[in-house]
Amino acid sequence: MVEELRLPLIGSRVEAGFPSPADDFIERSLDLNEQLVANPIATFFVRASGHSMDGAGIHDGDLLVVDRSLTPMSGNIVIAVVDGGLTVKRLSKHGMKASLMPEPSNADEGTYKPIEITIETDATIWGVVTWSMHRLTCTH
Amino acid sequence: MYALADCNNFYASCERVFEPHLARKPVVVLSNNDGCIIARSQEAKDIGFKMGDPIFKCRDLVKQHNVIVRSSNFSLYGDMSRRVMQTIRLFSPDVEIYSIDEAFIKLDGLIDRNFEDEMRRMRAAVLQWTGIPISIGIGKTKTLAKLANHYAKKTPEIGGVAQIPKNANEMLRAVEVGAIWGIGRQWSKKFRNIGVHTAFDLVQMEPAVIKKTFNIVAMKTVMELRGCTYYRLEQTPEQRKTLLRSRSFASPVTTWQEVSEAIASHATRAAEKLRNEELVASVLKVFFHTSLFNHRKPRHSAHATIELIPPTSTTHTIIKAALAAAYPIWKEGFEYKRAGVYLLELSKGQPQASLFESPEEKIRDKNIMSVLDAVNTNMGAGTLHFAATGFTKVMQMRQLQRSPRYTTHWDELPQVMS
Repeated sequence: MVEELRLPLIGSRVEAGFPSPADDFIERSLDLNEQLVANPIATFFVRASGHSMDGAGIHDGDLLVVDRSLTPMSGNIVIAVVDGGLTVKRLSKHGMKASLMPEPSNADEGTYKPIEITIETDATIWGVVTWSMHRLTCTH
Repeated sequence: MYALADCNNFYASCERVFEPHLARKPVVVLSNNDGCIIARSQEAKDIGFKMGDPIFKCRDLVKQHNVIVRSSNFSLYGDMSRRVMQTIRLFSPDVEIYSIDEAFIKLDGLIDRNFEDEMRRMRAAVLQWTGIPISIGIGKTKTLAKLANHYAKKTPEIGGVAQIPKNANEMLRAVEVGAIWGIGRQWSKKFRNIGVHTAFDLVQMEPAVIKKTFNIVAMKTVMELRGCTYYRLEQTPEQRKTLLRSRSFASPVTTWQEVSEAIASHATRAAEKLRNEELVASVLKVFFHTSLFNHRKPRHSAHATIELIPPTSTTHTIIKAALAAAYPIWKEGFEYKRAGVYLLELSKGQPQASLFESPEEKIRDKNIMSVLDAVNTNMGAGTLHFAATGFTKVMQMRQLQRSPRYTTHWDELPQVMS
């Protein structure tokens, strides 16, 4: 009969062999959050659905980073509330007039209409889109 | 000076951030298992829904007013609460998180600044960053801040922020005695009987008389209303003394198999919570009973208490104890509606050495628990679980109308039309 051999659990790793020449240069690994999320408290992720923004590099299924703490400026891509739903469009301001502009691919030119922000349309800005992430490999 | 920030109709507001079409519609949120109403939008309050109403009794009203009914979505509410609280902390380091949707803020650190202006800025930031509307009351004591908050909520035209003015009489007259922090239903009845109807009436009373007629807590409330500080900011939460894990079954259960699996599930979750807070329990109470509403079927309620020697937070020890306590009191022939595990006499830290447990066993249990917790944290709750909790899943919550967990699950993100 073989007796079970019990070894003590040692917290730190025992060093053996030659030390790596890179040891003195070890920093930390890169965290993508640092690039993509400036203000975590006000940052939300949403998923795009549709083709009205293909021309702006936002495709069906893309992951968007939205920062609600930014003040929406003309030219920003924004998430807006239109008719009670969330939509992504480019904000365009001219004087007192503000519109939500679709930006489809050339092939879809004219398919999507701009939405004017007026008292009647009851559209509001939900947040400013800071990044779009587009998957380049197949999901399966 | 203190401020109390309180999210308006918090659960309903969370639902609306990601589903703007719910704005201005009556929304109610149900308890775990879709039993009772636990939150209401203002529109639902106006229709007359009450907290705790069982939803099955409200069907007609729901239909008549096109009320939106939602199962609770605590993943979402918890994440949104964290965002609101973190935004508040940017305005003052002295914050006491009082509940999932309320925080006391000490304002004295904000020297040379107008408190009301600063709180209006905070309110605007929380609204823009998180989408959650909050009301803020400012006063010399916590009780006064709470009172001002109540006033702000009842008076929407002032824009969500109210400060107790130098001459507070008008505001005190506007708040009825039952709405004062620390005055419960019983006391407010008693107060009204002796002619005290509003906060103003209460402040006129002699503290010594209050102490004699009621008690010292009521006296402190009156002193706080007069501007004397009795309650300070509590930033380190008091250590919990008990831990309850219980839930009603989605449909009634009749077998020991099902009830014991439920008990084992609750024991598992209670043990996880203990380890998470680095606590151990000394006493365990286990219970199960039939429906409290259904009086036509035979009723039965059973409970048993067992001591945990030594105090522990180990899942399998707690499951074993709970089942050992429950088995002798099990009775066939009833439709059980709820079961639960209640841990008492909790204490901090390391389980004491004991005659009944060898050091090897202790180390083994500790290692098993850390593996269990690591796997379940990384791969989802319940990935690794004890067979006693079963595979029939009677404990799955009934949550038919839960909204997506928009901020905590990659596959449930909000969809935006592009």
